[in-house]
Amino acid sequence: MLKAYIDVTLKKSILDPQGTAVKEGLSKLGFEVETVRIGKHIEVTLNDMNRENAEKLIDEMCLKLLINPEIEVYSYRIEEE
Amino acid sequence: MKAGVVVFPGSNCDSDVYSVLKELGADVKYIWHGEDKIDVDLLVLPGGFSYGDYLRCGAIARFSKILEGIYDYVENGGYVIGICNGFQILTELKLLPGALLKNMDLKFICSDCILEVSNDNTFFSRLYKKGERVNFPIAHGEGNYYADDETLKELERNNQIVFRYVNNPNGSRNDIAGIINKKGNVLGMMPHPERRASSLLGGTDGIRLFKGMIESFK
Repeated sequence: MLKAYIDVTLKKSILDPQGTAVKEGLSKLGFEVETVRIGKHIEVTLNDMNRENAEKLIDEMCLKLLINPEIEVYSYRIEEE
Repeated sequence: MKAGVVVFPGSNCDSDVYSVLKELGADVKYIWHGEDKIDVDLLVLPGGFSYGDYLRCGAIARFSKILEGIYDYVENGGYVIGICNGFQILTELKLLPGALLKNMDLKFICSDCILEVSNDNTFFSRLYKKGERVNFPIAHGEGNYYADDETLKELERNNQIVFRYVNNPNGSRNDIAGIINKKGNVLGMMPHPERRASSLLGGTDGIRLFKGMIESFK
């Protein structure tokens, strides 16, 4: 079986107040970092298929439901389960 | 006017809108999300947390049975008003442009809210005056309206912004509280006019929105 590990984040052009709040928290603990962006992680296990089809399917799922292309972008990796 | 208030699992402002419409003499009914026919003049997508707001607000409601026919309904001139969660659903359906992000200060805000009427020449806002200030409460965690620059320009150019915040509470671009589609039959707004429709409950600023729609059908 194949498993897709999908990461969804806000587009760079969109402010991420959660990330900013966490950055401040890190700073208070002494971790000085440039930026923090917060997103979502989605794992999808697929039925048996080849990798090329799996990629096509994941792209379609992302664009149709898993992300809102107006505000979010996604990336993923697919691994043998 | 025949009106239908859609009830999703997690809707919680459905009976408020229903009561206001009923009191004003509309022929109103609830429509369960599993029904498949939109046989009304006005479809209301009420506030709440449809399907627990899983994934994104409105993202799952978009696939409910009752909304399968909404594109044809809107194309044929049917009226839709989406309030709060209903607005979020309308953007997920792409019946309205843009998206609603988390409030800028990350807090859920539940309070009175002063709005300015930006367009009084719509089916929904015809009993208000342009520039008039009204108080419709807000109650949302994700009401921060976002659209890209080009979309915002188009909304401004076409006069599609119906309500604006006077003191922007959530970071919405161009102070947008409510917008209408180009055709003029779909309104989405974060504030709750149905919560300002009785003097017992703090005021009646919201009544004219519903009255205006009902009178259009007389």
